Amino acid sequence: MARQPPVRDVAPIVQKLRVRYAKRGRLRFTSHRDIQRALERALRRAGVPMAYSAGFTPHPKISYAGAAAMGSASEAEYLEISVTERLSPDRVRASLDAALPPGLDVIEVVEAAPGALADLLQASEWQIELPDVSAGQAAEAVAALMAETEVEVERMMKSGPRRFDAREPIVRLAADSGTTASGAPCAILRTVVRHATPAVRPDDILTALRQVAGLTPPVPPMVTRLAQGPIDPESGTVADPLAADRASVGDAVAADPHPR
Amino acid sequence: MSAVKAESVFPRLEALLPLVQKPIQYVGGELNAVSKEWESTTVRWALMYPDAYEIGVPNQGVQILYEVLNEQPDVLAERTYSVWSDLEALMREHGVPQFTVDAHRPVGAFDVLGLSFSTELGYTNMLTALDLAGIPLHASDRSDEHPIVLAGGHAAFNPEPISAFIDAAVLGDGEQVALEITGLIRDFKAEGSPGGREQLLMRLAQTGGVYVPAFYDVEYLPDGRIKRVVPNRPGVPWRVSKHTVTDLDAWPYPKKPLVPLAESVHERASVEIFRGCTRGCRFCQAGMITRPVRERSITGIGEMVEQALQATGFEEVGLLSLSSADHSEIKEVAKGLADRYEGTNTSLSLPSTRVDAFNIDLANELSRSGRRSGLTFAPEGGSERIRRVINKMVTEEDLIRTVTTAYGAGWRQVKLYFMCGLPTETDDDVLQIATLAREVIKTGREVAGRKDIRCTVSIGGFVPKPHTPFQWAAQLDHETTDARLAKLRNNIRDDRQYGKAIGFRYHDGKPGIVEGLLSRGDRRVSAVIEAVWRDGGRFDGWSEHFSFERWMRCAEQALADKPVDVDWYTTREREFSEVLPWDHLDSGLDKDWLWEDWQDSLNDVEVEDCRWTPCFDCGVCPQMGTDIEIGPTGKQLLPLTAIGAGVETLRA
Repeated sequence: MARQPPVRDVAPIVQKLRVRYAKRGRLRFTSHRDIQRALERALRRAGVPMAYSAGFTPHPKISYAGAAAMGSASEAEYLEISVTERLSPDRVRASLDAALPPGLDVIEVVEAAPGALADLLQASEWQIELPDVSAGQAAEAVAALMAETEVEVERMMKSGPRRFDAREPIVRLAADSGTTASGAPCAILRTVVRHATPAVRPDDILTALRQVAGLTPPVPPMVTRLAQGPIDPESGTVADPLAADRASVGDAVAADPHPR
Repeated sequence: MSAVKAESVFPRLEALLPLVQKPIQYVGGELNAVSKEWESTTVRWALMYPDAYEIGVPNQGVQILYEVLNEQPDVLAERTYSVWSDLEALMREHGVPQFTVDAHRPVGAFDVLGLSFSTELGYTNMLTALDLAGIPLHASDRSDEHPIVLAGGHAAFNPEPISAFIDAAVLGDGEQVALEITGLIRDFKAEGSPGGREQLLMRLAQTGGVYVPAFYDVEYLPDGRIKRVVPNRPGVPWRVSKHTVTDLDAWPYPKKPLVPLAESVHERASVEIFRGCTRGCRFCQAGMITRPVRERSITGIGEMVEQALQATGFEEVGLLSLSSADHSEIKEVAKGLADRYEGTNTSLSLPSTRVDAFNIDLANELSRSGRRSGLTFAPEGGSERIRRVINKMVTEEDLIRTVTTAYGAGWRQVKLYFMCGLPTETDDDVLQIATLAREVIKTGREVAGRKDIRCTVSIGGFVPKPHTPFQWAAQLDHETTDARLAKLRNNIRDDRQYGKAIGFRYHDGKPGIVEGLLSRGDRRVSAVIEAVWRDGGRFDGWSEHFSFERWMRCAEQALADKPVDVDWYTTREREFSEVLPWDHLDSGLDKDWLWEDWQDSLNDVEVEDCRWTPCFDCGVCPQMGTDIEIGPTGKQLLPLTAIGAGVETLRA
């Protein structure tokens, strides 16, 4: 007699909700797995009627899309959850936000329109603070990098070192001056990067800047993802990936879609 | 009191975090963590579990004290854990002190640094923390501005090996005594700290429930044995007693378990369903020093389980105790909880080690509402004879009947725990483990009607512990332990019919020798610990960091001018008349009774459990003024509505 997975009433999915959340401050040191666990627990505490997979070890149905790497803060992380009852996206936003630790903050919840969320997340806009680097130094390095058509960088992946072009996916890159959270002057890079395989991350851009122009920040930079979404080819800007969902449902109210 | 500023070191630490492994373990911010203003409190505790965050954060002892202390409006408790060597090096380079994960305050700024030692292998980590905190390693070098370094936990029942480094130790349950100590410090500070550190320690010692090693002198005989241990100033009691919480329902902690962001070794909430155990296994220090049995009521358990799930969102609750199936109303508890959480994807687990079929019924019941965890049994000894020696009253028929039920009920794998190196043990006793495992697989294949069932044998070396009947026993040397384990492994591996179905996991004998040295050591062992730490010893509980060679080399140097060595502490059998290093620390157990039980053990005589037979005079209840506190209460679980009930507030 083979052991069968227990027969459970697997409640059908009646609604999909898309969630935009932020990873702020010291919680930028969470890994993607840390966030997954925190989210699953918060969904349970918030009483969200999740749809579960069948089988020996049922899992709540959550799809994560393009999570920012450990160490990077983000104002624009996205995921989609499947639930077994029709819920008010706004109430889910409030109760999920309350159930998550401060620093993992739910910004918006909308009912999903047809289509895959991952397809909409075509590019990211990043801000990179470089303490103890002058805006002039940074601007020079940026100009040198943008003048190239291809800059190969190497990064250690799980499978070993891998070389790839970090220049081509960069849509925009500009340097400016600013101040850090503690008030010290710093250079600030703003960039829009198309999602490619492998994904070009802010640290790859910094590697490219070092290779091309010798820019070596003396302290670890502070990286924040500002936006993620479809790319507008004309302006080179990143659009709101939830715009279509909002339009198709019409009743979702964003709490604060652009907190900066 | 302290000269160290209490301001957060986080801005300085933050710059180092991108450079280390798993930085999330150092940032705090756990769900249910407490933050308080420094200035609004008068007594401040830094609580440390001296191991990595992932091991330390689920520790129940620390979580309980953290909550009990923080419930007092004028008391602050924050947590600190061992930092890994990558961060340790950076902290030294940048002058960042040992910090708490709650508000990242320097540990040196607190009134008390309380360390919880579940195991002796955390001793070197304590030294790292003291050193990083700027607290002198030696208690004798500390002054009024330094925190009181206080040890607790099971290892504190013999704190002599760390007596040079701690100011005080507390034996037994911490809830009440932590509040008593807090009260003493509160009054002392309100009076303007008269007489400084020495007087505060004196007030603590005079309670009879706090051990201050500096207030006792140890004299030795020429052959190295202890001559006597005597108080060295008036007003200090000859013996220090352990603490016992009698009504568990009055202490329903933790109410809000911590939920870390980082992954930890126990991803679940835990509810302690009783404390103490009188099964009488002679090797088991936990069972001996936590007597008598005190149960939490069925209603108390039900409330704590629901509260923990609501507060955490964990998918699993463990019903903890030393032998959970022994709770007088466990059947009602299991059925009640299984009914309540049916269909909520919530698992309930019973870390059960009792070998009987009733356990399988319980496991079946508990796995109804969630995932099915493995089944683990601990026969501990391979032969009937050795099980009588250790008073583990399990027959081979019991074990076979139990696994038959398990495989028949659809379980595919069982884990069996054993020990190697038990007193009077021979190769044959250990080789019988292989016979037992073969019998388990054979029976399992018959009842399950299939061949893919498995059994895992897990075995480690036995370490004699203080306050047990085996405290006089000779520990088996690591060479013999390893040789015996190798014979067992070969015996299992060479079996063509069943060998592939039997998994074999073992721990080699070397770490056990160091654990043995630290468990039954005396004050002279402090020098060994310090030498090992100075030589780079850290995280001794981790096989990849543990160095046997270093411990032996440092022990040889540190004990060179003494008539004792590692063998003297470990593989030497003691006589009844010998003064043991922990004789002045009162666990309630009568030393004569322990000796009789040791003699009974050598004669294969078993002792029953006093919960269902007459008292056999172990001494604890009269000595400590306690009593067995067990049900049945005849009460029912409250019909609480299970988690997920808040959904109506979310509906569209």
